[in-house]
Amino acid sequence: MIPGVDGFMYPNEVELQWSILIVLYPYITGLVAGAFILASLERVFKVEAVRPTYRLALLTALAFLLVAPLPLQLHLGHPERSMEMYLTPHRSSAMAMFGFVYLWYLTVVLLLEIWLEFRADIVRLSRTTKGLVRMVYRALTLGSQNVSPAARRIDDKVGYVVTIIGIPSAFLLHGYVGFIFGSIKANPWWSTPLMPIVFLFSAMVSGIAAVMLLYMAAMKVMKRAVDMRCVDTIAKYLFYTFVIDFTLEMLDLIHRTYEADESFRSLDFMVHTRLMVSQIILQIILGTLVPLTLLAVNQLWKFSEAVRRSMYTVAGAFTLIGIFAMRWNVVIGGQLFSKSFLGYTTYKLDLVTREGIVPAIGLMLLPFAIFFVLIKLLPPWPEAGAGLKQEPGA
Amino acid sequence: MDISRRDAFAIGGKLLMLASVGATLEQITGAEPAPDAYKVADHWWGMIVDVDKCIGCGNCVRACSNENAVPKGYFRTWVERYQVPEGAENPRVDSPDGAINGFPPATDESLKSFYVPKLCNHCADSPCVQVCPVGATFVSPDGVVLVDETYCLGCRYCVQACPYGCRYLHPEKNTVDKCTLCYHRITRGLTTACCENCPTGARQLVDFKDPKDPVHEFLRQNKVQVLKPQMATRAKVYYKDLDGSVR
Repeated sequence: MIPGVDGFMYPNEVELQWSILIVLYPYITGLVAGAFILASLERVFKVEAVRPTYRLALLTALAFLLVAPLPLQLHLGHPERSMEMYLTPHRSSAMAMFGFVYLWYLTVVLLLEIWLEFRADIVRLSRTTKGLVRMVYRALTLGSQNVSPAARRIDDKVGYVVTIIGIPSAFLLHGYVGFIFGSIKANPWWSTPLMPIVFLFSAMVSGIAAVMLLYMAAMKVMKRAVDMRCVDTIAKYLFYTFVIDFTLEMLDLIHRTYEADESFRSLDFMVHTRLMVSQIILQIILGTLVPLTLLAVNQLWKFSEAVRRSMYTVAGAFTLIGIFAMRWNVVIGGQLFSKSFLGYTTYKLDLVTREGIVPAIGLMLLPFAIFFVLIKLLPPWPEAGAGLKQEPGA
Repeated sequence: MDISRRDAFAIGGKLLMLASVGATLEQITGAEPAPDAYKVADHWWGMIVDVDKCIGCGNCVRACSNENAVPKGYFRTWVERYQVPEGAENPRVDSPDGAINGFPPATDESLKSFYVPKLCNHCADSPCVQVCPVGATFVSPDGVVLVDETYCLGCRYCVQACPYGCRYLHPEKNTVDKCTLCYHRITRGLTTACCENCPTGARQLVDFKDPKDPVHEFLRQNKVQVLKPQMATRAKVYYKDLDGSVR
C-alpha cells in the first residue's frame, strides 16, 4: 500500500504534477478579467452608478495581472527556459498561446487604457510634484504634455475603442485559461466545452466581488462615505453574473450525473470523499449559496445602509473563498483520481518549498502591495487627485 | 630557409590539388553510408503485447530501469495485475512498485487473473505532443514519441494530457521523462531492453514499415486491441486478448 493512495493508481500518477501555484493562476487571471469587465460596465455600457469604482477596477486588474505569470514561472521545472514559449511556440499547444494572450492584454488593453484614463492626472502631477516623484510622472507622460480639451476628447475616444477591444480580450484571457483545462480529453473532470464559459463567468463573479470589497475597504480606510448607489449596483451585477455562473456549474453537474459515463462513479465518489470540504462545503454551500442568498434578498427587500454594507461584505468575502475553492477543485481535484478510474491519491501541500503554501500566500499578497503602490502613484479618486494638486500651494 | 611568395603559392596550390584528389577518392570509395545504416524513413515502430503470455515476473521493468537509469519510484514501463470478478465490475488491480519485483501471491485464486504490461503507446496522434508549449516532445519520423530534455520547460502539461499515465517529471533533471522505446538500441538494430528480457516473448518490438516483420501476420491472425481506443490517439501498442476490464 502506498500512503495516501486508495485503490489503484497508475504508478506515475501517485504524485500530483500541478500544485497550489497552478490553482492561483486561474484565480488571479479571473480576478483580472472580472475587474476589467466591471470597469467596462461604466465605460462601454454607460452604467454611471459604478463610476466611483472605474479607476479602482482598472488598477486592481493591473495589480493582479502583473502577478499572474509568477506562479507559472515558479512552477516550471526550468524557469530559465520560459522565454522559449515566445520564441518557439508550438502552434498546436493551448498553453503556448499564454504569453501572447497575456502580452496582448497587458500592453494593448490594460496599460493603454490606464494611461489614457490617467493621462491628464499624470501631466498635472508631473508639473506639481518635485524631485524623484516628478521624474517618475514625467516618464509616465511618455513625452505627451497636451491635455487640452481637444486632446482629452481624443483620449476618451481612443479609450472607448480600447475598452471595446478589451472586453473580448478579457473574455479571451480567461476563457482561454478554461480551455487549457477543458481541452484535455484524457481527464474527464476537466474535459468539457463548458469549462471556458464556466471559468469566464466565475472570473467575472470573483473580479466584481474583489473590486466591491476593495472599494468599501478603501472608503473605510480613507474615512469617506461609501457611495451606496454604486455598491448596490455592483451587488446587483454580482448577483446576475453569479446566477449565470451557478446555473452553468449546475448544468455541468446535472449533465455529468444524467449521462453517467465511465468516469462518473469514480468522480462522484471523489466529490463525496476527498472533495467533500472543498467542493460541497466551501465551494457550493459557503461560497455560492450563502452569497447568492445574501445578494438575492437585497434584490427583494430594502435594508438599511449599514446592514447592506455588512451583507455585501460577507457576500463578497464568501464569494472570493468560493471561487478559490472552485479553482482548487478543478486543478487539484482533477489530479486526485486515477485515469484508470480505479483509485485516488492525496495532495500533500508543502509548507516552504518552491510550490508550498508560503510562496502561495506571498504571491496572493503581492498584488495588494502592487495595488497599494499603484493607488499612491495614480490616485483613483478625483478628490484625492485634487488634494495632491493643492499640495504645492499649501 | 627563405620561402618566397611565389613558393608559398606553389606549395598552397599543390596542397589544394592533393586535398581535392583525396576528397574525390573519398567520394568514390567511402562517401556512401554503410548499407546497414539506420534510415528513419524506413521504420515505423510499435509493440505487440500478448497478454496471455505475460507471467508478471517484472523482468521487463527491471531491465528498463537498469537500461535507462529510471529514477526510483517512477516507471517507463510497469506491469498491472488484474483480478476480475464475474461481470468485470470493480476489478482488483495492483502493481506494487510497478511490479519491479514481480507480484505477491494472488489474494483470491477464484478470480479471473492476468497481467498487463504497460508502456508509452507511442501514439501517432499523441495528445502529449499536441499540448507541449514549445514542441520539446515530438513524434520522431520513425514513430517514436520522444522528449528533448534540453528544451523541455518542465510545465507538465503533457503529463496531464497523457491518458495512460506514462509520463513523469524526472526528479533530478526537472524535465519530463518517458519510454523512448529504447531509441538508442533500436536505431542500432537491437530490440528494446524490456522485449529482450521478457522470458515468454509476451512483448515484441515491431516495425510496421518492414514488410517482413511478423507483426503483419500477427495482426491478421489475432484479435487485438489498443488501450482506451475511445481516446483516438492512434496508439501503436497492440494487445492480444485484452480483457474489457483493462483501463
